Amino acid sequence: MAALRITDLVFRWPRQARPCLDITHLELAAGARVFLHGPSGSGKSSLLGLLGGVALPQRGAIELLGTDITRLGGRARDRFRAEHIGFLFQQFNLLPWLSALDNVVLPCTFSARRRERAGSSPRNEAERMLRHLDLGEELWRKPAGELSVGQQQRVAAARALIGRPEILIADEPTSALDAERQQAFIDLLLQETAVVGATLVFVSHDQRLAGHFDRVVALDEINRAAQEVTA
Amino acid sequence: MTAVLRLAALSAWSRRLTLGLSLIAIALAVTLLLAVERIRGDARQNFAQSVSGVDLVVGARGGSVQLMLYAVFHAGAASNNISWDSYRAIATHPAVDWALPLSLGDSHRGFAVLGTVPEYFQRFRHGDGEALRFREGRAFGGVFEVVLGSEVVQRLGYRLGDSITLSHGMSELGPAHGDKPFRVVGILAATGTPVDRTLHVGLEAISALHLDWVGGAPLPGVNIPSELVTKFDLKPKEITAALVGLKQRGDVFRMQRFVNQYRGEPLLGVMPGVALDELWQTIGIVERSLLAVSALVVLVGLAGLAATLLAGLNERRRELAILRALGAGPGEIFLMLTAEGLLVTILGALLGLLLLGAGSGLAAPWLLERFGVVLATRLPGNEELALIGAVILTGLVASLVPGWRAWRRSLADGLTPRL
Repeated sequence: MAALRITDLVFRWPRQARPCLDITHLELAAGARVFLHGPSGSGKSSLLGLLGGVALPQRGAIELLGTDITRLGGRARDRFRAEHIGFLFQQFNLLPWLSALDNVVLPCTFSARRRERAGSSPRNEAERMLRHLDLGEELWRKPAGELSVGQQQRVAAARALIGRPEILIADEPTSALDAERQQAFIDLLLQETAVVGATLVFVSHDQRLAGHFDRVVALDEINRAAQEVTA
Repeated sequence: MTAVLRLAALSAWSRRLTLGLSLIAIALAVTLLLAVERIRGDARQNFAQSVSGVDLVVGARGGSVQLMLYAVFHAGAASNNISWDSYRAIATHPAVDWALPLSLGDSHRGFAVLGTVPEYFQRFRHGDGEALRFREGRAFGGVFEVVLGSEVVQRLGYRLGDSITLSHGMSELGPAHGDKPFRVVGILAATGTPVDRTLHVGLEAISALHLDWVGGAPLPGVNIPSELVTKFDLKPKEITAALVGLKQRGDVFRMQRFVNQYRGEPLLGVMPGVALDELWQTIGIVERSLLAVSALVVLVGLAGLAATLLAGLNERRRELAILRALGAGPGEIFLMLTAEGLLVTILGALLGLLLLGAGSGLAAPWLLERFGVVLATRLPGNEELALIGAVILTGLVASLVPGWRAWRRSLADGLTPRL
């Protein structure tokens, strides 16, 4: 079963004349580590919105883990996202007024499935993950807003991976880090994703990072809407 | 859903400073609203209880409101007096149980002086039929003896045995009756009625004060000293008004007709309940305006809350996007914002209620002293609960606006707010 299969997808934002996504076919195998290269204007955020189920395409199917989420209702899509997908953004991933630990546990409060998969106690699991991600214990109970950007990204990675979601979508998670930390963070992310057994979709405009991944997909090449703009 | 509400509470706590200011604004507005409502209710009740058990108030013909004002509240002046003969005719009417003559027109440092009979202290009723009580001393007996209301004592600090002089007319600057001092022989307990602001003397005292007066001014060259006044006939020739109690209340219309059709001179008899209602109608516009203004203040407070929430929404786009990514639906985002506004409104209303309780405890003595308003400390009544309910409901409506905005925005932003 493919982790992701997109067929004949057309998406246009409301009140816009032209579609910003037009993808005939994209399939990612389960467990793959994919580098999705998306320069700005290639429809990256639109695709993320579609994969997350917060937007619906005008046409086409998006199958995640065998479920066509375009056929689900809004609430079901929200639940699907909570249960099967971990998200990791550029920065400001955390609720600054919650402690690092509480931030990591959050997905387990939104999804019973991830709570179950996190083991007997989500808190213990969160602590285990933070320790594993090398975040000092003295930082766990600090408000997340007081951590450094690098620390925040590690907390965010733990949060995205707690409860072992099948898919991890990372949107430029290293863009706020310096080159050295970028390297370390990507290594950490690949390693943790492997432990969890998730499919990793790593979205970035920075092609230099592509070398770490099994597969590279160029969004502007598969998105016909983007080609029309550039042409 | 409980997870979202818990997060809403935590998020609100992280913005406690701005929300706290909104909360305080709402609390103060609610305090104002409830205080106005309470004072309004209490003032109305005090007003209605200023006289009790009197079936008719009789005075010279004129407006019934004016008659009530001078006869019961000792405010304003009578256009005419009524003759002693007319008073006797009414007092001896077979339907009449008792009648109290009232003679007004003099004052002491802004407080009205009431000339009456000693029986007044037994007959007069206020509130739910409560009689007057002497805190100290006794009723006046001699001509130059005076009984003080509690507020007069409180404000001017008199004690039993003190000697005071009266002024002619209600002005403090009017010509004085300085040649005939009075001795304080009694002090009444507080009633929350105009009695508290009144000095009581005998009718003879009023006559004695004016023996050497003609047409509202002292006769030049004539001065009758206090020791000699008893040599004169002190039987009153005129009084200002009379309070009348009937043997049977059912006779009140018959008696009123008798008074209004009295042949000796034009008289007016009014039923206090009816006239007080009429008087309250006039004052009612003021109290309703006050209530409307405080309702507006509450609206301003709630609008401020909605504005605060709306303004904060921009800074919270990331927060909302994170919650969306974690699985929160647009409905839950809506719920979160609305719940926050509602929570602040409810806490504000409760704090306002608390402030009112504390404030009325502290302010009650001052209000009674300064304005004669009795403010009772008590649990909120039905009207007050209804007002609080209306405030919370309005707060909910106001909170729907930021809730709706957040819902719209979370749909447009998706997982990646463009900042």
